[in-house]
Amino acid sequence: MAAIGSTAQRSSSTHPTRGNAVFRRRLVVGLLCVLSLGLVTVYFRESDSGFLHSVQSTGASVLRPFEVAADRIASPFEDASSWFGGILHAKSDNKKLRKEVDRLREQAILNQSALRENAQLKQLLDYLESPRFPKDYRPVTTRVIARPPGQFVQQIVVSAGKNNGISKHDAVVTAEGLVGEVTKVANNVAQVTLLTDDSSAVSALDIATNASGISQSGISGQLTVDRVTKDQVVNRGDVLVTAGWRSGDLSSLYPRGIPICQVTQVGQSDTDLYKQIQCDPFVNFSTLDAAIVLVRKPIAP
Amino acid sequence: MIVDRLKAAGFVFVAAILQVSVFSGVRVLHGIPDLLLVAIICVALLRGPVVGAVIGFWGGLLVDTANLGTLGVTSLLLTVAGYWIGRYGETTGRDRSHAPFVSVVVITFLYAVGSLAFHYVLGDPAPAREVLWSTLFQGIALNLILTWPVYALARIVLPQEGRRDRPERLHAIG
Repeated sequence: MAAIGSTAQRSSSTHPTRGNAVFRRRLVVGLLCVLSLGLVTVYFRESDSGFLHSVQSTGASVLRPFEVAADRIASPFEDASSWFGGILHAKSDNKKLRKEVDRLREQAILNQSALRENAQLKQLLDYLESPRFPKDYRPVTTRVIARPPGQFVQQIVVSAGKNNGISKHDAVVTAEGLVGEVTKVANNVAQVTLLTDDSSAVSALDIATNASGISQSGISGQLTVDRVTKDQVVNRGDVLVTAGWRSGDLSSLYPRGIPICQVTQVGQSDTDLYKQIQCDPFVNFSTLDAAIVLVRKPIAP
Repeated sequence: MIVDRLKAAGFVFVAAILQVSVFSGVRVLHGIPDLLLVAIICVALLRGPVVGAVIGFWGGLLVDTANLGTLGVTSLLLTVAGYWIGRYGETTGRDRSHAPFVSVVVITFLYAVGSLAFHYVLGDPAPAREVLWSTLFQGIALNLILTWPVYALARIVLPQEGRRDRPERLHAIG
């Protein structure tokens, strides 16, 4: 009861002590804040060679060994952490890298394609400027924009048509030789039937022996030459070119002298009227990217 | 007493060095743990506002020196942080087990806001979206993870002592 009834008091000496403590801590924090602001102000105002900068530079040099040591101590843990992190991210990284590989592969393919196209266009340019190019024709250089849809139809589509002066039955060539003829023409595109199509036939001439015949599609991408009588001479390795004949108002679709193929095999039998000749076309139809359509120049009156 | 203060200074020195050389390079979900801030909070909780303020100033000065940053910026922020947490520990948070965690959450948030505002005033780049949205919550989470081991270590290094700033006990006279 005495305890309850009595007044519990702090000792009288605590009031000045607590007051001092409060004052002290406020003084300390105030001084530190002012000091910090002072540091900021002076640091901002002084040049790079100022006192605080020099002190900081020295301090950083002093701290450097500690930082290096801490870094070395921590590096095995960092490596382990990176290793685990790498495993966690491996799947997404793999996906990302695969995408990157695909993109680069596409880029490489595009580059290779552009390189090949460039080489072909250069060849075409050389051909256009060479004396081999037929004088009565105007070249229309086009890109191949569609290829044969299957083995049954040997046709391509080029990116030039009526608007470029192309008309049906115009000859299509490359620097290597004859490609075929235009069989359909739209305003801006044209269909070209290749030499290897069953419906194609070209009058051919052996430039070595002057033997003549008709070149048609053969087997396995080769051409056969028909209507070469047995009395004519055709040798293996001979080059056949377009005959470019003219008979009255009629004339061949193709100008004279365009290389068609090289003879690979010559045979004859007693029962056949004509020799059996096979030849390889000069043009590689599977890698055709560009071609020249020969548009006949208008005849001067 | 001096030994105790030196131990606190050493504790914060180690934390500052580790922060500068190791923890500042750790990024987890875009968040960066702040070991120094957690260490200062722990020391301030254990030793009161005066030590908290001084230790905050010391830690900030170390970081600004090591990073060749503007001297005084981090010091000012950490001084205030250490003082506030010291006061909290001295009054409300005393002997409460959740005090370190609450302190870390609140101070990490306020430190981010204060730091952003200070850098904005100084004309430095102050990407508010990144600081207050993209990285803040991850930073708080990482600091919370650090809190328990750092606080436990701080209690080992700086064992509880009979603090003079505690209110005196009431004596019953009978």
